[in-house]
Amino acid sequence: MRRVLQFGLPVALAILAVGFYQAIYVAPTEATMGNIQRIFYYHVPSNIMGLLFPYVNLVASIVFLATRRSNPMRAQAADAVALASAEVTLVFVSIGLVTGMLWAKPVWGIWWTWDARLTSVLVLWLIYVSYLLLRRFTAGGQTQTLAAVLSIFAAVDVPIVYMSIRWWRTQHPAPVFFGGPGTGIDPHMMPAFLWNIAGWFAWGLMLVMLRYNLERKRQHVEQESALRSLESGQEVAR
Amino acid sequence: MSYARIVWAHLQKDLRLEWRSKDAINGMLFFSLLVVVLFSFAFDPTMAVSRQIAGGILWVALLFASTTALNQTWTRELRHQVLDAQRMAPSPASALFLAKVLANFLFVTMIQVVLGPLFIIFYNLHALGQGWLMALVLPLGTLALVVNGTFFAALSLRTRNREMLLPLILFPVSIPALLAMVQSTTGILTGEFDPGLWMRMLAGYDIIFLTLCLLLFETILNAE
Repeated sequence: MRRVLQFGLPVALAILAVGFYQAIYVAPTEATMGNIQRIFYYHVPSNIMGLLFPYVNLVASIVFLATRRSNPMRAQAADAVALASAEVTLVFVSIGLVTGMLWAKPVWGIWWTWDARLTSVLVLWLIYVSYLLLRRFTAGGQTQTLAAVLSIFAAVDVPIVYMSIRWWRTQHPAPVFFGGPGTGIDPHMMPAFLWNIAGWFAWGLMLVMLRYNLERKRQHVEQESALRSLESGQEVAR
Repeated sequence: MSYARIVWAHLQKDLRLEWRSKDAINGMLFFSLLVVVLFSFAFDPTMAVSRQIAGGILWVALLFASTTALNQTWTRELRHQVLDAQRMAPSPASALFLAKVLANFLFVTMIQVVLGPLFIIFYNLHALGQGWLMALVLPLGTLALVVNGTFFAALSLRTRNREMLLPLILFPVSIPALLAMVQSTTGILTGEFDPGLWMRMLAGYDIIFLTLCLLLFETILNAE
C-alpha cells in the first residue's frame, strides 16, 4: 500500500499537472463556446474512465464466479478488484455527470436533458449504486457471489439500455471522435486531451490499487478472526 | 422425472399454496387499484392527454404491485427450511426458478384481467392504434417484470432489509423493459407511432434475461 502511494501518487499527480497546464494554458480557445469548452478535458476523460472500469468489474466478477470453488484465494483477490473498480466507476461516472451539467448550463441553457447519452450514463450510475447497496445489505460469504451475479446482469443490461434510449431520444452532440469526416477536434487540442486521459487513468488505477489493498486487508482480518473463533470454540469443547 | 414434470410439480405446489391463502393476488390487486386511483388524483384523467400517460401509469402500477408480491414469493419457502430441502433435492435448480416465474406470471396476468377493464373505464380509453396488439404487449411486459423480479427476490432473500433491497436492485435493471412496455402501450393507445420496434425489443429483453436467469439461478440458490 505504501509502495502504491510512494510511486503511484507522484506519477498520477505529475501527469495530471501537465494535463492541467495543457488544458488551461496551451490548448486553443474554442471558437463558439470560448473558455467554457475547457471543461471538455475533464468531462470526456472522466466519462471514458467511467466506461472503462465497469469492464474491469465485469472481468473480475467472472473470474470470481469461475474460481470461487477451485481457487478460493484467487477468487478473493478477484472480488477485491471487482469492489474497487465498482467504487471507482461510480466516482468517475458521478464526476462525468456533474461536469456535464456544469457544461450544459452555459452552453445549452439547461442543467439536464433527457437525451440518449445522458440518460444511459444516468442508468449506468443507478445500476452501480444498486450494486454497491447490494454489497452493503448482504452479510457473510454470500455477498461476493450475489454481487458478481448482479455485475453480470449490469453488463448485459447496459447495452440494452443504450440502444433503447437511443431509439427513444437523441441533444447531445454527435460523436466527436470516429464520427466520420468533419468530426474530431482541433489537433492543437489533442495534447491536452490525451494528457488528461492518461492522468485520470493513472489516478483511477491508483485508487483501484489502494482500495484493493484495503479490501484485501479487510478480508485478511475477517479470516483471522473467523479462524480465532474456530480455535477458541475447539478449546472450549476440549 | 423429466424437466417438464419437475416444473409442473413445482408450479402445482405454488398454485395450490396461492389458492389456499390468496395473499399475493389480493395484495397485488388492491395495491395496484390504489396506485391507479392515486394517479387519477395526481394527474387529471379527464384531460385529453390521458391517453398519453395511461400506458405509463398502468405499467408503473403493475411494477409496484408485483414488487410487493415478489417479496413474498420466496419467503414462504423459508418456513420449515423448505428452501434448504430444495437445495439438496437432485432436481435442477432452474426448474424451481422456472416454475416460480410461471406462477408469478399467472398471478400478475390475473391482476391485469381485473385491472384492464377498470383502467379503460377510469381513464375513458379506447385504442386509436391496433388494440389487439395489447394481447401481445401485456404478456411480454409481464414476463419481463416477473423474470427479473423473481430472480432478484431470490437474490435478496437472505439479506438484511430484503423488502427494501428488491426494488433497489430490480428497478435500475428493469428500466429498458419499462421503457419498451410504456412506449409500445402508448403507441397502441394513441396510434401515433408503430409499436413494432418496442415489442421486438421487449421480446428480446425477455429472451436474454430469461436465459441469463436460468443459467445463474443455481449460483444464487447455493450462495453461502
